[in-house]
Amino acid sequence: MSLVNSVPEMVLTTKVDQLLNWTRKSSLWYMLFGLACCAIELMQTGGPRADLDRFGMAPRATPRTSDLMIVAGTLTLKMALRTKLLYEQMPEPKYVVSMGSCSNCGGLFQLAYSVCDGVDKVIPVDVYVPGCPPRPEALTDGLILLQKKMSEEKWLVRPSAEEAALLS
Amino acid sequence: MAGAAECGGGSVALVELSRVERDMEIAAIRRLLHDKLGAAVGVVEEGPHYESIRIDDDAVERAAMLLRDTPELRFDCLSNLSGCDYPGRGAIDIVYDLYSYEFDRSLVLRVSTRRGDPLVDSVERVWPAANWLEREVFDLLGVRFRGHSDLRRILLPEDWVGHPLRKDYVEPEQYHGISTVRESMLGIRSGS
Repeated sequence: MSLVNSVPEMVLTTKVDQLLNWTRKSSLWYMLFGLACCAIELMQTGGPRADLDRFGMAPRATPRTSDLMIVAGTLTLKMALRTKLLYEQMPEPKYVVSMGSCSNCGGLFQLAYSVCDGVDKVIPVDVYVPGCPPRPEALTDGLILLQKKMSEEKWLVRPSAEEAALLS
Repeated sequence: MAGAAECGGGSVALVELSRVERDMEIAAIRRLLHDKLGAAVGVVEEGPHYESIRIDDDAVERAAMLLRDTPELRFDCLSNLSGCDYPGRGAIDIVYDLYSYEFDRSLVLRVSTRRGDPLVDSVERVWPAANWLEREVFDLLGVRFRGHSDLRRILLPEDWVGHPLRKDYVEPEQYHGISTVRESMLGIRSGS
């Protein structure tokens, strides 16, 4: 006998992982944090036309309540240390989107003495969005990609002995 | 009405004055400085885009004061202050770009200082805008400014080693564990 037919109609069946992932990916709060010109496009993406709010995304003024860090702009070595600190202040689970060429690889400024060529030298990155700067459509695409990644995560599976060894 | 007429009269006088003063040649400005400061004022140098007056490094503040306060000059605005390294002749040049709002005129001063121990008078007390500009030159070229109120790095982190706009600057291999060795797509390798 199917479970679906045995319960009243208002009851919805799902898997715990799916439910958790769906709630988490649908309320992805990002840190209000911009480094250079990409931040202007980030603001546009949060604005009414691209409208990040429709994915349940809202900017947060502190890393303590943020799930997502969008690194938008040229990362100088001076800022790299501070970016790392901000990342460490975010609660787990946390995600990083590297937005634009500068944050991906140093971009136009990669040979400059003061520039860190790539934010992945400092913190782990989940999604890279190319562009200089990426248009709001591109960033939205990257964020949807991140949501897809989040919806495939498994939380209730105990890691195998090998995985546990890797994690520790 | 009387007030308006007075205002009108004043502005006519100002226009006449500025027409005379705008034609003031750089040589005349140099002569004026030379009369007051003597040998500290050097020659007028021809550049590709502008002429400049060379000043000794310990007479900068006095020259700046004169240029700002002389009624015929009134260089009341320091548009820019920058530095340039010339290892070939062992000097660092500081370039002052001045502007007079009253006479709509620009002037460039050049000051040479020894590369081994670069020390120049600060002009912060003449133009407060010099505070940050001198800090920038200190940060990137290592020139110290005598009499500056707060001479510390302004752009780079406080723990940075060296002054990157010097021609012989060697970039460290890493900064706080972040590798600074860069590989570009053109095959240019920097940072070592």
